[in-house]
Amino acid sequence: MTPVSTATVDDLTQTAAPARFWDRQRRLGVGVVVIGLIATAVFGPLAPSQTARFTLSEDAEGAALSINGQLGTILFGLVAVVAGAVLLAGLARRFQTSVLSLGILGFVLSFLCWQVAGKFLPLVDTASGTLELAVPLVLGALAGVLGERSGVVNVAIEGQFLMGAFGAALVGTMATSVWAGLLSAAVGGLLIAALLAVLAIRYLVDQVVVGIVLNLLALGMTGFLYERLMQTDAPSYNQPPRMPEWRIPGLADIPVVGPVLFDTNLLVWLALILVFAIHFGLTRTRWGLRTRAVGEHPTAADTVGIRVRGLRYLNVLLGGLIAGAGGAYFTLVATGSFNKNMTAGAGFIALAALIFGRWTPFGALGAALFFGFAQKLATYLSVAGSSVPSQFLNMLPYLATIIAVAGLVGRVRAPAADGQPYIKS
Amino acid sequence: MTTDEPAGAPRKPADEPAADPAVATAVKEPAAVPGKEKPGDDDSFLSHFLHNLWAANTVTVTVLSVIMAMVIGAVLIIVSDPAVLNTFSYFTARPGDALNASWTVVSNAYADLFKGAIIDPAAVTAWSNGTGTWRQVVFPISETLTYAAPLVFTGLSVALAFRGGLFNIGGQGQAVVGTICAALAGFLLPLPPVIHLIAALVAGLVGGALWGFVPGILKARTGAHEVIVTIMLNYTANLFLSWLILQKGIQQAGRSDAISEPVDSSAQLPAVGGEVRVNLGIVLAVLATAAVAWLLKRSAFGFELRAVGANPAAARTAGISVARTYTLLMVTAGGLAGLGGATQVLGTAHALTTQVAGNIGFDGLLVALLGRNRPWGTLAAAVLFGALRAGGNRMQSFSSISLELVTVLQALIVIFIAAPALVKAIFHLRAARSARLGASMAKGW
Repeated sequence: MTPVSTATVDDLTQTAAPARFWDRQRRLGVGVVVIGLIATAVFGPLAPSQTARFTLSEDAEGAALSINGQLGTILFGLVAVVAGAVLLAGLARRFQTSVLSLGILGFVLSFLCWQVAGKFLPLVDTASGTLELAVPLVLGALAGVLGERSGVVNVAIEGQFLMGAFGAALVGTMATSVWAGLLSAAVGGLLIAALLAVLAIRYLVDQVVVGIVLNLLALGMTGFLYERLMQTDAPSYNQPPRMPEWRIPGLADIPVVGPVLFDTNLLVWLALILVFAIHFGLTRTRWGLRTRAVGEHPTAADTVGIRVRGLRYLNVLLGGLIAGAGGAYFTLVATGSFNKNMTAGAGFIALAALIFGRWTPFGALGAALFFGFAQKLATYLSVAGSSVPSQFLNMLPYLATIIAVAGLVGRVRAPAADGQPYIKS
Repeated sequence: MTTDEPAGAPRKPADEPAADPAVATAVKEPAAVPGKEKPGDDDSFLSHFLHNLWAANTVTVTVLSVIMAMVIGAVLIIVSDPAVLNTFSYFTARPGDALNASWTVVSNAYADLFKGAIIDPAAVTAWSNGTGTWRQVVFPISETLTYAAPLVFTGLSVALAFRGGLFNIGGQGQAVVGTICAALAGFLLPLPPVIHLIAALVAGLVGGALWGFVPGILKARTGAHEVIVTIMLNYTANLFLSWLILQKGIQQAGRSDAISEPVDSSAQLPAVGGEVRVNLGIVLAVLATAAVAWLLKRSAFGFELRAVGANPAAARTAGISVARTYTLLMVTAGGLAGLGGATQVLGTAHALTTQVAGNIGFDGLLVALLGRNRPWGTLAAAVLFGALRAGGNRMQSFSSISLELVTVLQALIVIFIAAPALVKAIFHLRAARSARLGASMAKGW
């Protein structure tokens, strides 16, 4: 919001006052102490006093980290409380992020000890599941990063996912090639991105409006063609080959990390490589500098001779390719066939990851992993018959994003010109 | 946004050839709307009419948008029909086959769309012969109005928020919470007939208002962008519904699937009866439209919200509390969407399911855009969307064309509406005299 322009002398003297006592760190501290106390005092007594086993494999066998469920719950809860207290006391300001992470980690571990007590949680399976669930979110969020850092809001990620998933299934089946499927998925995303770019950049339509309408268009198009083509003749239109898992000899034998990172499919690597590539591109190359300039202050960028609209077109279209490839995850990796509205809001979780990750590639990766973990955990809990409803864990990405944009724990800020069409005067 | 009223002061048409005599009179005559024409002015009336017919004014753009959407829809119908596509394989040899087949499949589909939405001549004939009932005659209209009623509410919700400069994408979530609260009040409260219905409607209103309050207060207090918050709240509401519906006392006794207890008959919106499903909801929708129109035009709050929507900084300087306006506006918008959810569950669905609110929130967004964010325009747009939906049902069962085509048509119509410059460019329309082009209310996060 723009600051009030009617500042009086009194207001000015107030702003000159020393820093507030309740600064960001202390507010965070209160939050962490509260969740720590919840973990200790609520989860602790609820946790059964049985062993919680975290196996280092994909099942119940093999080496495991074991701890008494109740003890672990209370212990890790106390870790969170202590970390929160440190923040609250205003200590260790230089290590604020580390202490905060420790506090949140304590809370998560406490929750896990409570839930796993008397059962087991296979760590490798959890980690690889988290990574796989995060893949489309990362790709979708990267598409958003590209568009929004150059000033075009992209809420059509969901539509790009759907077109990508549909294209992958359709062409993948007709060509019986998973790579043709992946390619056409990217093209599917590109189609929606092209519509978004033309309508938003050329015809100056409100970008959020375009995004929402394009989502509906993609939903209708894919649903319509699904019912007309795929439902009537699934074998020739809707049975794409699955993406193969590639195992890198040697590296895949490293415990835990090996099977997660080096015995997996191409999309996982693509997502991780793109995170590094886009981070490098945005911070270290001429294209990145220009993109950020166009997203923050297009008039200034134009003045020094950068083609604002051209760069925006380029970035939105690149984003479409990436998001479309992310859509391929749903058909080529996750299920093996297209279904109506199969993305079910994943595009909006990707949008949440983009915002929660503060419009940066690594932030988006972190947020996507966090959300992927929440989804994986939700599945685990519902299979394990937990008393905690999986729906509430699934709400986590959305609620976390609301908390982030509301600035309850440090405000996230969008690029300054995000969503504003550039009209050359 | 574009306006469909003639501008108070006649604007100079910018890019028109001055040599055209019709234009010359048009410039002299500010009254461009046919109804407001002075009597005894037939010549210029006709020329005005013709002149404005092909200008990029609201009506022309809307009509052309609908036509273009239908044309693209027709292409989709043709390319997705293998039998018709086959005739295209020998197009150069016998083009008549392909054209005939295409025409048949498209005209049948759109004829069914019309028969399902407005009136079926066969039913009228049957009724006049005495073999059919009046219910069959009014059935299509009844379906149209039934589908339109919730859309009016969600559309008004979005339109009202737009006028105050807020983009309420949360209509879906607010409608879901509205259905939840209305349904809970509908089967948990033991109340006498009329009071029960009012209580259930109020519950829906309050639920939606509460869900609208969150983005409102966050926007006012912290500046959190309402689009982000409302998107996130949509999915939160859906997940909450899918949890709630499986709880003891909510889930219908003896059912294992996700469906709630049915709403008591005392809390259901009274319908005409039989196959004619249209209920009190559409009457309430018209009343709500009138109320919103009054709110916007005549009330102090309406003035404030329009001022804030036009320029928050200026409104603040003028002494209007922007924070209070934003909060109150989102509460009102949320309440309207909640009422939309309530009419859905109390009028037609009668029980909660995970899909009870359908897509009414997002459709409401399209309806508001199509209605140019004006109350009565929104009502008309909702009826059009209701008609498409009702006709789509018939198209699905009679021509076996998926209902999803209606979603495509709706999205396309709104894309063209939102980009009037695109329509203008495609059809080489003249610049409109009274309507400004460009839906530019764009602002970032």
